[in-house]
Amino acid sequence: MRSAAPVVALTVLVLASTAATAGKKSETTAYAQLAHVPDDARNRVNPLETDPDAVKAGSKLYARHCANCHGAAGENGSKGPSLLVPEIQTASPGALFWVITNGNVRAGMPVWSKLPEPQRWQITTYLKSLGAVSQP
Amino acid sequence: MRRLRLSGLALFFAASVAGAQERPYFVAYDHYLEEPGALELGFNPLYGSVDGGNDFVAGSIEVEYGATAWWTTELYLDGQHTENEGTVFTGFRWESRFRLLEREHAINPVLYIEYEDVNGADKVLAAIVGHDGASDFEEPNSETVKEIERELELKLILSSSVKGWNISENLITVKNLAGEPWEFGYAIGVSRPLALEASPEPCTACAENFVAGIELYGGLGDTEQFGLSGTSQYLAPVIAWHLPSAVTLKLSPVWGLNQNSLPFVLRFGFSIEFPNVGNP
Repeated sequence: MRSAAPVVALTVLVLASTAATAGKKSETTAYAQLAHVPDDARNRVNPLETDPDAVKAGSKLYARHCANCHGAAGENGSKGPSLLVPEIQTASPGALFWVITNGNVRAGMPVWSKLPEPQRWQITTYLKSLGAVSQP
Repeated sequence: MRRLRLSGLALFFAASVAGAQERPYFVAYDHYLEEPGALELGFNPLYGSVDGGNDFVAGSIEVEYGATAWWTTELYLDGQHTENEGTVFTGFRWESRFRLLEREHAINPVLYIEYEDVNGADKVLAAIVGHDGASDFEEPNSETVKEIERELELKLILSSSVKGWNISENLITVKNLAGEPWEFGYAIGVSRPLALEASPEPCTACAENFVAGIELYGGLGDTEQFGLSGTSQYLAPVIAWHLPSAVTLKLSPVWGLNQNSLPFVLRFGFSIEFPNVGNP
C-alpha cells in the first residue's frame, strides 16, 4: 500500500493543476494571442505568398489539421474560434504564422511547430485567402 | 454487440478527417503532444533475436489521449510470445506528458511521468535503463513472470525543431518501488520529413507523408554503478508513413552496439487517430 502513495499524490497534483488551468482557459480570449506576437515575427514576410500552389496546398493541410476545431471553411468549429473575423483577416501573415507555430496552449490550441515551416506558411496563405473569398 | 461494432465502424470512418502526426520514434519522445480531445489507438509489435536463447515477439497496445494542449496521457498493455515457451501478458504502463513552457522555444522541455506494473517477462523494450541487457532475455518465462516490477519512470524530454529537423534528447530515470537503486538511461532521436512543402493535390505515397530518422538509446547504469559499463546500447533507423486516413505506419530495424545488447530487433508500429473524443 505504501508503494501506491506517490502515484496517488501525483494524480491529485495533476487533477489540481488541470482544474487551475481550466479556470484560466475561460479568462483567455480566443484572439488574445495575436496581441503577444513580437514585432519581428509580425513583420516576417510570407515566402510562399505568391506561390500559385500555396493556397491549394494550404487548404489540404487545413482540412487535415485545423478543420476539426475551426470548421471546414474556418467559420467556427467545435472548439476553435472563427478564422473569418477581422482580427484574423487583418492580421499580418507573420502574426498568423507565429500563432500557428506557438499555439494558444492555455486556450486549448496546441503548438503546430510539428509541421515543417513551409507547411505553416502554406496554411497562412490559405487563411489569408479566406478573407478574400468572404469579401462581397 | 451489433451496436458496439457499428460504433467502432463509425469511429473508424470519423478518423478519416483527422491528420495523424505521430512521432516517428519508438523509444525517444519529442515535445509534440496529442491534440486536445484526440484519441489515438496504437499497436507496436517487435521481433527480437536472442543469441543462446529463444527468439521472441512482443508488443504493446497503446491508448493515447490529449487531455489538454499541455497534457497527454497514455495507457499501454504489454505482452509477449517466446519461442518454445508460450504467450504471456506482462503488465500495464500508464504515463502522462506535461509541456512545461507555454510557447515554442529553441529547446522545449516536457516532463514524462509513468507508473508501470509489469513482470520480469516484459520484452517491449520501451526504454533501456540501468544494466538491462541480453541476459535478461535468456531466462525462461516460467521464472520471469514471477518477478513483479512496480516502477516509477521519469523522463526529461528536450526537443527542438530546426529547419525541418526534429532533435530530441530524453534523460530517463526509473525507480523500482520495492527499494532497488535508481536506474538511468537515455534516448536520442533525429528525424526529418522527406519533403517540407505540401503538394497541392491529395496524395498518399508522396514524400511529404514520410518522416525518416535515427534513434540511439541505452542504459547509463544506476546509483551504485553509473556509466556505460555493463549496459546495452542500440542504434535504430526509423521511418514513419503518415497516411491521409489518420493512420501512421512505422518501421525500425534495431542493432545492438555491444555484446550486452540483443543483436537485432525489428519494430513495427501502427496507429490511428480519432479527433474530438470527449470535450476537454
